[in-house]
Amino acid sequence: MNYTATEMMTIAAARALANDDVCFVGIGLPSAACNLARATHAPGVKLVYESGTIEAKPAVLPLSIGDGELCETALTTVSVPEMFRYWLQGGRISVGFLSGAQVDRFGNLNSTVIGPYAKPKVRLPGAGGATEIATSCGRIFMIMRHNARAMVEKLDFLTTLGHGPTGQERRKLGIATAGPVLLVTDLCIMEPERETNELVVTALHAGVTRDQVTENTGWRARFASEVRETEPPSPQELEALRELNARTARAHAGGTA
Amino acid sequence: MASFQLLPDAISSLVHDGDTVALEGFTHLIPFAAGHEIIRQGRRNLTLIRMTPDLIYDQMIGCGCARKLIFSWGGNPGVGSLYRLRDAVENGWPTPLEIEEHSHAAMASAYAAGAAGMPSAFFRGYRGTELPEVNPRIRFVDCPFTGEPLACVPAHRPDVAIIHAQRADRHGNVLIEGIVGVQKEAVLAAKRSLVTVEEIVDDLAEGSPNSVVLPSWTVTAIAVAPEGARPSYAHGYYSRDNSFYVAWDGIAKDRESFTRWMRENVLR
Repeated sequence: MNYTATEMMTIAAARALANDDVCFVGIGLPSAACNLARATHAPGVKLVYESGTIEAKPAVLPLSIGDGELCETALTTVSVPEMFRYWLQGGRISVGFLSGAQVDRFGNLNSTVIGPYAKPKVRLPGAGGATEIATSCGRIFMIMRHNARAMVEKLDFLTTLGHGPTGQERRKLGIATAGPVLLVTDLCIMEPERETNELVVTALHAGVTRDQVTENTGWRARFASEVRETEPPSPQELEALRELNARTARAHAGGTA
Repeated sequence: MASFQLLPDAISSLVHDGDTVALEGFTHLIPFAAGHEIIRQGRRNLTLIRMTPDLIYDQMIGCGCARKLIFSWGGNPGVGSLYRLRDAVENGWPTPLEIEEHSHAAMASAYAAGAAGMPSAFFRGYRGTELPEVNPRIRFVDCPFTGEPLACVPAHRPDVAIIHAQRADRHGNVLIEGIVGVQKEAVLAAKRSLVTVEEIVDDLAEGSPNSVVLPSWTVTAIAVAPEGARPSYAHGYYSRDNSFYVAWDGIAKDRESFTRWMRENVLR
């Protein structure tokens, strides 16, 4: 079966979630991956959105973090202060799923500005929940499209802590949670190397070359001693993802799911 | 006790030039009708507080109502940029906009602290990020018992909080259902408050004893504004107009089409 690079990325990210995870879900690519996991191998995964919806089971992907679909399908909906204090800060979430405009080799994220803060070339949306998601969740998964503009040598602004500007700051701050353990792109899978915490390529998606990864990475990309090939999407995974996307497109065009 | 007013009268008596104003509603129940009335009445130099500025602050900023924005996530959810917010920050159009930028956890805590009558909010946050370097109102204190450094931000104490709710009863008690966001905290933190509602009913009896209800004596004014959250939504009444959020991207991208849209749809 043919598939796109975006489909491969979403499916590879979905596979990382386990049935017993409680996942704090960002909107966009993370939400697609999380709901695909729920539709395939991890029907028991608990999805939590920052709008206060706990165990949301949306039939279509929400456009916003607070679509009615999330509340209508949730086990319970709490206020936003309660969400951030009891559920996130309280340590109830095992995985945070994030994305950003820029990531560096240590998994730090920028979603604030391109250019100088005081006179930005592009004013990005800002931190949202990410800053505290990154330090309060047990582990962090990241999903991003692979290109040199997004995967940069140096962030324009550090919005969300990964392992820190030199890979050691998170440890030095004594933060108890693991931080970034996985970055899935449309080309490959990267994981932090032991000790240095640098994201290195541990798997290439089928048909992707090392040169492609090198060319599209803003830092000098390194490869683990053993690089696997990502298992291609199964027909079941592809079918579930395409159904989810089709239902979503119909719903957001103004029809019903 | 809350007084029932027409929306234009309520805005005119509660919102003044230079006020600090919070229009809240987390994706759901965003008070668009009230924001549009503020634009029509030409308010200026407002300090706007809101976790997610959304389209309503994009419109107010683009119409020159705001001097300062206190926020944590300023995008068009699931779509992209807020171009009027960006134009104000990047180019000072139509007027320069000062920003004070936080995270969601900080904003939620700051509202809760305001509601609790506290001067500031403490939480575990902002660790290892550059946000404290650009926002001097993010500080750290050591826990007196454990020594753990905790983030501290000032409480939100807006002059006026404005929210939209499903309904009020004839005594002015207000019911909010669905994604309830920070609206209760915003109203309890504010000096004055305005609640726009879909409808007035004889009693709020339906629902569970734990429904979010703001008693009449916590609300300054109530104005009936049917569909007053569109293109946001009101759980149980109408759904979010996602296609308008997508369309806004094109409308707001340039100054002319934005100005024309506002003239034809809001300033009429």
